[in-house]
Amino acid sequence: MIVAKRKPLKEIAEMIAPFNKIAVIGCRSCVAICLAGGEKEVKMLISALKVKNKKEGRKQEFEGLVVERQCEREWVKEVEDKILGSDLVLSMACSLGCQTIGDMYPQKLSFPGLNTGMFGVPEEQGVWSEMCVGCGNCIIHTTGGICPISRCAKSMLNGPCGGSANGKCEVNLEVDCAWTAIYDRLKLQNRLDLIEAVTPAKDWSTSHAGGRRVYVREDAKLVPHQKKGREAVQ
Amino acid sequence: MAEHRPRVVGFCCEKHAMDAVVLSSRSGRKIDASVRLVQVPCAGRVDGMHILRALEDGADAVFVLGCLEKNCYYDTGSIEGRKRVNYVKSMLAEAGVEQERVEMFNVASSNAWMYPEVVSKMVEVAKRLGPIGRGGEER
Repeated sequence: MIVAKRKPLKEIAEMIAPFNKIAVIGCRSCVAICLAGGEKEVKMLISALKVKNKKEGRKQEFEGLVVERQCEREWVKEVEDKILGSDLVLSMACSLGCQTIGDMYPQKLSFPGLNTGMFGVPEEQGVWSEMCVGCGNCIIHTTGGICPISRCAKSMLNGPCGGSANGKCEVNLEVDCAWTAIYDRLKLQNRLDLIEAVTPAKDWSTSHAGGRRVYVREDAKLVPHQKKGREAVQ
Repeated sequence: MAEHRPRVVGFCCEKHAMDAVVLSSRSGRKIDASVRLVQVPCAGRVDGMHILRALEDGADAVFVLGCLEKNCYYDTGSIEGRKRVNYVKSMLAEAGVEQERVEMFNVASSNAWMYPEVVSKMVEVAKRLGPIGRGGEER
């Protein structure tokens, strides 16, 4: 899932300072699971901002809303009147949600309340760690199911490097060496031959370097006739 | 100018902490009446949102009263309550509001003297700091 973190309150307060009527919109998907932008976090942020405003003698009007998935236009549409009726939207979703609102209502201001961090998994309650960078060319079937691009500090394809010691990474001794983990996993699976195979340089053209990526599934796309029908229903 | 009457909200677990509150009132100890006590099933039920909402709605100080951490009726409720109090404190610090307006206390059910002390400590904090945003917008 996408893991995000709330921006510092001071930064949010500075961003929204010139505006009076603010719609704070959360999302019930990834950011609710990582406790950054769900219903509770929206309410807490509004309360904290109100307390801050009270302290500083400022007056602003807040409205807290939560949509099922802020990155999908159908769900955002449900709160359209609230968005149009506000001076500013403070999105408590990941950057995708914030940008979706921005694209749907380009005349309105949509500011991010969260810093979108990574594709991660919950390690334990309250701890999330990165597992994928979205390089667009997955190779984890050759690395024991562990991604060396995201979990190795140097994103090495043929590891470990000389900085690996006692299963830890030289970049940060708190962090496990991804290649030690890969070795241990392959050993467990009796597939150690894979670690001896040399992996050639990765084709990064599928990654972000080539600009914005767009995936299309032709069978799911609507043809113009279908689009017209949908628009008529809406 | 009239003296500010402190407004303190206390969230009190209905197990050991409430026993201690009842015991202290039955034992004839003097307790400041500025506290509005909210009984909750467990200190772990108190959410950061409740504490912030109380401050937003005009409380000068808020405390959470739970069982002793190693003798919590629901095992980890008091620990949960403390974690949330600490989170709210960090949010208050970010907002530039005094962190001491929010506190967590633990009490054994047989401890009659603790509740009046908690109350007088929080009332003192509320009196000393006054309302949040003195001179600002009052609700």
